[in-house]
Formats: sequence, C-alpha cells, structure tokens
Amino acid sequence: MIEFIALNMAPIMFASLVVFLLLGYPVAFSLAANGLVFFAIGVWLAPYSDNSITLDWPLLFTMPQRLWGVMSNETLLAIPFFTFMGIVLERSGMAEDLLDTIGQLFGPIRGGLAYAVIIVGALLAATTGVVAASVIAMGLISLPIMLRYGYDRRVASGVIAASGTLAQIIPPSLVLIVLADQLGRSVGDMYKGAMLPGLVLTGFYVVYVFLVSIFRPTWVPALPLEARTLGHGITSLLVAVAAIIGIGYLAHTQLYEAYGANADIFGATIGIAAVYAYAVIDKNLKINLMSRLTQQVIMVLIPPLALIFLVLGTIFLGIATPTEGGAMGAVGSLLLAAMKGRLNLTVIRQALESTTRLSAFVMFILIGARVFSLSFYGVNGHVWVEHLLVGDGEGSVTGFLIFVSVLVFLLAFFLDFFELAFIIVPLLIAPAEALGIDLIWFGVILGVNMQTSFMHPPFGFSLFYLRSVAPKSSYVDKVTGKTMAGVTTQQIYWGAVPFVIIQVVMIGVVIAFPQLVMHYKGPAIDPSKVQILAPTLNTLNTGGVPKLGAPVLGAPNVGGAILGAPKLGAPVINP
Amino acid sequence: MQGVLGISRAIDRLSEIIGKSVMWLIFVAILISAINAIVRKAFNMSSNAWLEAQWYLFGAAFMLASAYTLKQNEHIRIDIFYGTRTRRTQHWIDLFGHVFFLLPFVALMAWMLIPYAWQAFSIGQISTNAGGLIIWPARALLAAGFVLLTLQAVSEIIKKIAVMRGEMEDPHPFISAHEAAELEGAALAAEVARLAEVEAARAANSAKGDGK
Repeated sequence: MIEFIALNMAPIMFASLVVFLLLGYPVAFSLAANGLVFFAIGVWLAPYSDNSITLDWPLLFTMPQRLWGVMSNETLLAIPFFTFMGIVLERSGMAEDLLDTIGQLFGPIRGGLAYAVIIVGALLAATTGVVAASVIAMGLISLPIMLRYGYDRRVASGVIAASGTLAQIIPPSLVLIVLADQLGRSVGDMYKGAMLPGLVLTGFYVVYVFLVSIFRPTWVPALPLEARTLGHGITSLLVAVAAIIGIGYLAHTQLYEAYGANADIFGATIGIAAVYAYAVIDKNLKINLMSRLTQQVIMVLIPPLALIFLVLGTIFLGIATPTEGGAMGAVGSLLLAAMKGRLNLTVIRQALESTTRLSAFVMFILIGARVFSLSFYGVNGHVWVEHLLVGDGEGSVTGFLIFVSVLVFLLAFFLDFFELAFIIVPLLIAPAEALGIDLIWFGVILGVNMQTSFMHPPFGFSLFYLRSVAPKSSYVDKVTGKTMAGVTTQQIYWGAVPFVIIQVVMIGVVIAFPQLVMHYKGPAIDPSKVQILAPTLNTLNTGGVPKLGAPVLGAPNVGGAILGAPKLGAPVINP
Repeated sequence: MQGVLGISRAIDRLSEIIGKSVMWLIFVAILISAINAIVRKAFNMSSNAWLEAQWYLFGAAFMLASAYTLKQNEHIRIDIFYGTRTRRTQHWIDLFGHVFFLLPFVALMAWMLIPYAWQAFSIGQISTNAGGLIIWPARALLAAGFVLLTLQAVSEIIKKIAVMRGEMEDPHPFISAHEAAELEGAALAAEVARLAEVEAARAANSAKGDGK
C-alpha cells in the first residue's frame, strides 16, 4: 500500500491540490500549504518510492533562495508599472474623449458607433491592458448613445464587452508578461508575437459588425443628422493626413543620411508633431482653417498614439526593455492626465493603492506556486504530466495544442489568468518543449484562450463590468426625453456569444497559422539560399547545403595538414 | 477575550500603517526606472545599483503590503464552492485555513528567512553584479514580510474566533468575485461621473471668467 502511494505521489498530490483550492481559502496560501504537506509526506515515503521521489529535508532549506529569486525578478517589475499606468489613464478621461470623437467620425455610417467602440477598444488595449477600465468607460459613454439611436441591445453590449477584452491580448497586457515569465521567454518577444494576432482579432470584430450591418441593417443604424455634433469636414481631415505623410516624407529624406533605418520613425514623429502643433494653434488662435472634426480628431487621437509609441515603439525597436517601457508609460500617463487637468494626489494615491494590492496578491500566488512546484517536481510530477499529455512516443503537435486549449478554456471558467499562468502553465512547458513547440507561439495561444474567459457567460468578468454600468431598468434618455427600456442580463449574455465564437475561431487561427506569431524571430532564413563559400574546396560547393568537408576527412591520412578544418568562408545569406 | 482582541487590534494597526505607506515605494521605483532608462539612452550611463534599487523597492512594497492585503481579505480565492456555503461554514473554512495552511507556512518561512538575512548581514554580502547594492536589506525585507504575515495570521485567527463566538462584528462579509467586479464597476462609474461634473463646473467657471 505504502509503495503504491509512494509510486503515485504526483497524481495524488495534484488531486489534493484541486481539493485544497476548491475549499475556497486564498489561493496563494493553499498552494503553499499543499506544497509543504506533500513535501513532508514525500520525505517520509521517499525510501519506498523506487527513487521516483527525490525529496529530503535539506532541499526545503533552498526555499529562501527561491523566494529571493521571486523578489529579484526584473521581468515582473513590469506588472506594477503597467497596472499603475492603466489606472492613471482610466482616471485621465482619455477613453471618454476618444469615444466621443471617434464615434462622431464613424457615426454617419451604418455600424459606425460599433466600429468606433472596437477601434477605441484596441487603442485603449495598446495603452493600458486593464479590461475593467475599457469596458466601464465604453459602457458608460457609448452604450447610452447606441441605445438612444436604436442599436440592437445584444450587438451593442457584445461589442463593448468584447472590445474591452482586447486589452488581454494586445500588448502591453499583464497576462503576456506573466506568461513570458513563466515560459522563460522575453516579454519583448511575447509582445511582438501577440501584436499581429491581436490586430487580426480586432479585424474579425470589425468584419462581424460589417456583416451585421449588411444582413441586419436595423440592428446597427447610422447616427441621425441631428446627432452629428462635430459636423462634416472629412476633406480637411484627409488634407491633414496628407500633410502628415508629406512632412514626414520630407523629414525622412533629410534625416536619412544621418540616421539610416531609424529615419522613417523620426520622420513620422516630426510629421505627426507638426500637424498636432498646427491643430493646437489653429484652435487656440481661432484660425479655423481645419474643420472642427479634424481639430478634434487630431487633438484627441495623437496623445494616446504618442503614448503607445513611447511604450510599444521603444520596446519593439529595442530601445527600452519592457520594464522600462512600463515605467516610461507610467510617467507618460501622468503627463497626459496632467495635460487634461485630471492629475492630483488622490488619483496617484488610488492608483498606487490598487497597484500595491494587485502586486501583493499576484506575487504571493507566485510564491505559493514556487513552494508547490518544489514538492511537485520532487515527486516527479513534471514527468507524470509529460507522460500524461505526450504519451510514450509521437504525440501530435496539433492534438496537444487542441487538448491544452480545451483544458484551459474550461479551467478559465473557475480560475483567473494569474492562477492559470502560475499553476497550470509551468506544467505544460515540458510537454510543449518535448513536442518542439515554440514557447512564444504557445504563450500567444494561451493568451488568446484566456481572453475568452472574460467573455464567457455566465462567468466572464467583462460581462459583469458591463452589467455594473448598463441600465438595469427603464430610464429616461437625457437627450430625447423618451423612456428607454433597460438592458437585461439575458441580452448581455446573448450579445457575448458571437464574440466568444470569434475568439474560439481565433485560437484555431493562431494554431493553424503559426507564422502570425513566429515573425517575432525576424525574417526566416531559407536554408536553400545559404551559401557557404569554400574557396579552397570548390568541388564541394555544389549548391544547396554543402557537405561540410566530410570527404576530406574520409581521405587517406596524408599528413596532419589536410585533416585540419577546411577554410570555409563565413556563411553568406542571400536575402 | 478582550485582552486578546486588543493584541489583534494592535497587529492590524501595524499592518495597516506599513501596508499603506509602502505603496509610495512603487511610485519611487517607477520614477527611478523611467529616469534610468532615459539617462541610459541619452548619456550612455547606467549602473546596476539603479536597476537593483527598482526591485528592492518593489519587493519591499509587495512583501510588506501582503499582511495588509490579508487583513483586508483581498488575497484571491476560488469561490465556486466557498460562495455557496453558509457564512458559518465559510468561517470554519477560513479558520481551518488560517490555522493549518497560512500560519505554518508563513511561520516556517519567517523562521528560515531570519537566519538567511542575518548571514548576509554578518558577512556584509554584496550583489555579484558590478556596482550592485548590499544584499542584507533586501533579505531583511523578505524576512520582515513573513514576520508581519505571521503576526497578521495570529490576528486573523483571534478575530475569526471572536466573530464565530459572536463577540465581534464580521469585518468582511462575503462578496463573490463577480459581485466585487460589479461593485468595482459601479464605483468607477461614480468616480468618472464625479470627475466629469468637476470638469463641467470648471468649464462653466472659466466661461464666466471669459465673459467678464
């Protein structure tokens, strides 16, 4: 009996972890307690285990060193920085301005308000990464307008809840930082890998709204004339865009000699800055050469774009590490809030309070997970999991990815993404690597997957955030004075369904098209174009990958000189 | 019981003071990181001391705030089973967890970390990175965090027993994670509305000023 338990410690430990967690005591301490209990049992049973348990008391005394490792982890520093940035931005009123302006820009077309919500959702996602903030802002501002002008309640609430969850997958999101840390990859690569899938997903949302506007035009009407407060003036907006491109191109040609490849970025910066400066002058001096719409669009859109560049641009260009990008973004968000006159001590204090609280519980889940993994690895748990998921021989990569996706999809009903990332993800690394899966690709698949957990009725948090700001019972509309029916929870749930389906499709797309993610590695090197110049051994250079000097070694030994490495030139890669 | 509750109140007070003040360390870490990034790029100067200072500060913040987070009942739970139980059963689960999960873990860690920090202090250990900081303050922070958590665990046990015996009001009635999300949303909505009002008032004032 004791032998049986000793040999099956890993499954027993995992099963009891489930019980420990379901009990409902805080996750961080349940994990740690589970680890300690099984450490003790493991040490006791080690002699009976046929060497499959490698625990002894001295090993427990490596805990301080492990805690030190958690504390000195520079990657995780990005978590408080981006959290702080998100909360400051949410108080800065940036979302409100964006929604008003972009809503006016797209309002005149059918489905326009929905497009505006999606675009603003993506913009907010690229600055903050806090789902709650986006959903609440859009629910407060866009939902009443959409209801006023006759949007279908399900479409309206679905599009708002879904656009808010883009914050999960578009960098700089917290979940990607945590996943990168757990998978042992760089956050910068994870961001690069997730960018395209995030944009593709945004595109899918847009396509969905477009399809609705064609097949159910009454669900997504255009804004009526009297609601288009910023008036027309698309022409001057186009002129402004042309001016940005023109000035940018001019600056680019001037700067090219001095800065080389970076000139296009500097050029774009100068072009945008020039037009922004002009818009400010135009408005303040009341020259009004630009239409009001154009002024508004430029003045509202450019600060967040600058912030996105400050954070993501510097990370992607390799100028700043993600942690530094987070810190600069946090300072940038303070400046932005100050520009809007919304910065005061209360805002900073509230943001710091929330950040500290989040940091404390997240880092302690990680500490608990470290205690758990010490014991779990000691009882050969990783071997058990790998065996379970990969089997003895050839597991199929696609089969494994689909299995993991379904598993995470279901677990995400009950566990939030921090718990998934710290408890489940570490167990999946060994099997994924055994199958030769790129861990960034794997991480992005997991990230898209965890995003669905925010949308899934009846558990999805995005839906609850929306519920908290959507009118529950009938109310009198401020503008039209008509009595409007509230939005039922039922409608919010049904509205979420199409978007959950889109997100599930997106998981499939990322699995089917790894190149969406893999471009983070830079251009692939085509082996057939690699030429290895071997000036002294021309006969070997017969195209393709040459047989590296093998024949020489096979030659009869005529003296040491020939056996020396052939003088191969450095490999030349033809693009 | 009153005497014991007094001890609990003193511990709570200590955790709260520390927990609320360490949040500013994160602010300092943000500033150091941003300034360091700019200086590193602009003047090509960098020092490991500044890099290390950032995680010293963050480490201090989350280690020392965790006792306060515990007091505020904000370490997250999986409430799928817990949420369906009566408050009485929830109290029993909490008490069981405090005594058998939390206290042994934090006490054990504190017991291990104090000599760990002391050792670094007594030999004056310095970070192996060039220009790095001395190590013992960071290790002492780790130890202090767990000592504080141990104290807070004792305080939580005292309060839980008092609540269950009816000698004290329940400081944190159960709120499910989803209810908490709705409350958070409502609070944020109210905050945004308040800010908008302030702004409208300011705009109205400045319009009046223009009129003069």
